[in-house]
Amino acid sequence: MSVHEQFAEDLALYALGGLEGDERAQLEKHLEGCAGCRRELEQLRGDMALMALSTAGPVPPRRARQRLLEAVGRERRPAAAPARRSWWALVPWVAAAALAVGLVSVWRQKSDLQRQIADLQNESARQFEELRQAREVVSTLTATDAMRVTVVAAKTPPQPQGKAIYVRDRSSLIFLASNFPALPPQKAYELWLVPTSGAPIAAGVFKPDTHGSAIVINPPLPAGVEAKAFAITVEPESGSPAATSPIIMFGAGE
Amino acid sequence: MSAIRAGDETGMAALYDRYSAVVYSVALRVLGDTGAAEDVLQEVFMQLWRNPGLFDSSRGSLGPWLAVIARNRAIDGLRKRRPETDIADVVVSVEPDVAGDAERARAMEKVRGTLGAMPSAQRQALEMAYFEGLSHSEISAKTGEPLGTIKTRIRAGLLALRKAFAT
Repeated sequence: MSVHEQFAEDLALYALGGLEGDERAQLEKHLEGCAGCRRELEQLRGDMALMALSTAGPVPPRRARQRLLEAVGRERRPAAAPARRSWWALVPWVAAAALAVGLVSVWRQKSDLQRQIADLQNESARQFEELRQAREVVSTLTATDAMRVTVVAAKTPPQPQGKAIYVRDRSSLIFLASNFPALPPQKAYELWLVPTSGAPIAAGVFKPDTHGSAIVINPPLPAGVEAKAFAITVEPESGSPAATSPIIMFGAGE
Repeated sequence: MSAIRAGDETGMAALYDRYSAVVYSVALRVLGDTGAAEDVLQEVFMQLWRNPGLFDSSRGSLGPWLAVIARNRAIDGLRKRRPETDIADVVVSVEPDVAGDAERARAMEKVRGTLGAMPSAQRQALEMAYFEGLSHSEISAKTGEPLGTIKTRIRAGLLALRKAFAT
């Protein structure tokens, strides 16, 4: 018999329903994990059954048998009488049901969250790829060691040339200049967006490098302006809000 | 029991004839009232009828199980408290099923003999815990004995009964 001695006497009292308070709680906790003490509890209940025999003698009146059999007859289906169960007998079922509902809810939330995380990861990967491509484009365009070649018809001497790429919806503008003559100090080229109506809008100041190349990327522009052409003037280095010299280059949109 | 599980009323009558005396007598001893004892008798057998699965036949005999359930329900009634132990949790390990009259009579004599042979203080503590449902502190308050002594006596009393049937 592997009964823990410290619980041996408490077990007898517990079997009889006479253990109270902390002692009872401690013993019940111990019983959960101790098969030896559970076996001893069963044995003690067996001892209690023997104790009941000391009372043997009186027999129930005949009407008690009749009463029982009538009640049994009224409840023919043993499982059909849950209504007479004490309410606390339902507590474990209610708790189990609540737990199940809770678990399903948690599981669903977890699934939703996992889906959201997966979506975000996909979105993030897509944006990262776009960003990587954009950086490559920009770094190629802006690289100081990039070879810039303007291809023109054979035997044509190199001419100053500019290429404006404008997306109105995003107010995004990229301008590539090549073969631009050098300017005196304190002077710079200024790019102008010529709208379909109204005065030209300043679209960036640039100075060509020693090869005559320059690039303007996304200068600050008002939103959604419809452009009909781009033009270039020579302006003070800091730029002008309105052109102060004649247009030296001009290109209309197709 | 298989007849009860199948919903057989005559099986229920046979079980009643076999075990009602033990159930009734222990309830009567606890409650001291024939009507209240009859109610316990009715309740115990109806619970078995409604849910035969409460009794696990692989872990003990029906007679001792019914005796323990009846005693516990009678104590609950005496102390005006709701049932403290779920019947399904009660597992009783004891061999003699005392189903037959002769068996029961022999077992009864043995139990009474064992109780009679106990020191009176021990028998008194055991009977107060068993038939009155008193806690050890309540018994201690009534008898003036230390708590530890009460605990020891109750356990020793139950073990003495076990020993008497161990051979």
